[in-house]
Amino acid sequence: MGKRVLLGAAAVLLVIAAAYAAFFVAPEERTMGVLQRIFYFHVSCAWAGLTAFSVGFLGNLLYVWKRREKYDWLGVSCAEVGLVFTTIVLISGPIWAKPAWGIYWTWDARLTSTFILWLLYISYLLLRTLIEEPDRRALLSALFGIFAFIDVPIVFGAIRWWRTQHPAPVIMGGPNSGLAPGMRETFFFAVFAMHVLMWFLIAERYSLEKMRSDVELLRQEAEAT
Amino acid sequence: MGLLSNAAALLGKEVRTEFHSRELLSTTIVFVLIVVVLFSFTFDPTTNESHRFGPGLLWLAFLFAASLMLQSCFLREQANDTLSALRLAVSDPFAIFLAKIGANTLFLLMTELLMLPVFAALFNVSFRGRLPGILLTFFLGSLGISVAGTALAAISAQARMRELLLPLLLLPLLAPILVASTEVTVSLMAPEPFMQWKGIGFLAVFDVVFLTALWLFGEYLLEE
Amino acid sequence: MVAAAESSIGLRFEKVDKRYGAVYALRNLTLAIAPGECVALAGRNGSGKTTLLRIASCLTRPTRGTLSFSGVTENQNPRAGFVAHATMVYDELTAKENLVFFAKLLGVANRQQRVDNLLREVGLGERKDSLVRTFSRGMRQRVAIARALLADPSLLLFDEPATGLDPEATLWLTGHLAKLRDSGCTILMSLHGESEVARLATRAVRLDAGSVVADTRSGATFQSVFSFAGG
Repeated sequence: MGKRVLLGAAAVLLVIAAAYAAFFVAPEERTMGVLQRIFYFHVSCAWAGLTAFSVGFLGNLLYVWKRREKYDWLGVSCAEVGLVFTTIVLISGPIWAKPAWGIYWTWDARLTSTFILWLLYISYLLLRTLIEEPDRRALLSALFGIFAFIDVPIVFGAIRWWRTQHPAPVIMGGPNSGLAPGMRETFFFAVFAMHVLMWFLIAERYSLEKMRSDVELLRQEAEAT
Repeated sequence: MGLLSNAAALLGKEVRTEFHSRELLSTTIVFVLIVVVLFSFTFDPTTNESHRFGPGLLWLAFLFAASLMLQSCFLREQANDTLSALRLAVSDPFAIFLAKIGANTLFLLMTELLMLPVFAALFNVSFRGRLPGILLTFFLGSLGISVAGTALAAISAQARMRELLLPLLLLPLLAPILVASTEVTVSLMAPEPFMQWKGIGFLAVFDVVFLTALWLFGEYLLEE
Repeated sequence: MVAAAESSIGLRFEKVDKRYGAVYALRNLTLAIAPGECVALAGRNGSGKTTLLRIASCLTRPTRGTLSFSGVTENQNPRAGFVAHATMVYDELTAKENLVFFAKLLGVANRQQRVDNLLREVGLGERKDSLVRTFSRGMRQRVAIARALLADPSLLLFDEPATGLDPEATLWLTGHLAKLRDSGCTILMSLHGESEVARLATRAVRLDAGSVVADTRSGATFQSVFSFAGG
């Protein structure tokens, strides 16, 4: 319990520190000005989301192999947290893009794949609500999670190959493409902060799921007697 | 009985059953027709634009039709629990998937090929001389749709709201097929048609990846 | 039918749990069945009889514990013949088409011959080319039994085989089960109450809440095993 509070406090502090760094420490970008500072959050959230989904993927594989319910708890926690970060990415992108480029959205590889990724994990959660029996739910959603995750790079590849040939503004330049010294540190700090936040959220969601499962078990045993 | 002979026997049965009733094929074909016609109302189908939009809309229609058609493939095994009978009879549960994928690919292909002349007429395109390319694209695309669709149909058959669930799960997953197939078809319909081998390779990769995933995890999809 | 005495199969359930969520269909079930035994499973609805049979058929796997077979070689799957609640045949095919199809999957030799013989034996010789959809409950049961017997299994599993059968069909079933029992097959059948079918058994076991609570092998009488049954 103490550990979790510590992790939570650390996460909050780090995110605040990262925000401070993003707005006050990092040098101002030459062309885009203050607006560009969203970039630190936008990209670090994207990375955190992908990390969450990757851990979830491992959880799914482990569940199918070992059938321990803790891997199911991990899977759903990662999916939900990953979805939160991905939603932030999808919202912060347009917020930045409209003033910067005059358009809200562009169908480039990264954004489109992110959208599909988002849709796939929404479907994952929806699937879970439609299966009542816990073991079936865990197995079938794990299997769908596996199929969804291996699809994502394929989606990215397809759109990269065929859609990004069209002239389109590069919404977010690659994070390492000539980042000025002040920016690079801020950026990696933001990534670190987001990942700590991610772990905290996953841990909380996991223990919530564990509790929910325990309560359900008790309830059914009580009903049986 | 080996995997392939089991799959062949099962495939034979699926095909024979469908050809007796023809209900799946007929409803699917009519659905695709309806979608294509409705799509044609959304833009002017006689301009050059139709060459650019037409194939995409055609493949979209195929995808929609497939996501409806594929639902029945495991639902029909629930009626008398024939799925259990199949699981008891075959040596490798993957045979069940292979057979259903084969049948679904075949039905999809037949739908697509029947739609081709209709599409050509409606959008003023000629496919002469490009038929082999079109056939290859249709085959690889349909195979991809079937592999993913059959796997997800096994999942949705065990959930509630399965009629809506399968399209929900399947359509995002098939985004790569939509992109690649459309692009290859567009190049084949261009005034100077050419074969986008990159696209064909891509479709083949999709098919192989998901077939492998299904081979690895298929038996868990059928578990009780 | 060929006698299967030489290749009789025995089963051993060792501390088997089968859990669906928080519900235990089977709980710490230990049961050994000797080759050639004909065992009647008694118990109320929900006592775990169907689950036990589905595990014995290898359609379902235990959540915990093991099921092992004696007298089987490859992969510990005895390829049991299973007659369940559902008929497990296709309504839109004829009786013969169904059986030929499953015979093909199972790799049965001389398919056509075997199917014709089997259908005649179960009394469906004249209706073999009729769609199963048109069959009565009793006739469907016979098709299901024929399907279960296709590969000449040494282990047979029946889930309440007499339910919904008229007296004539029940008589036929009893005669048929007796023949199978005498040919050396190991038979496991779940039953509702004491009946002519139950009396065929060489042993009776009662399940309650997923565990064995009475066993004629440990001294209980047939009557007592069945006495609470029928719920």
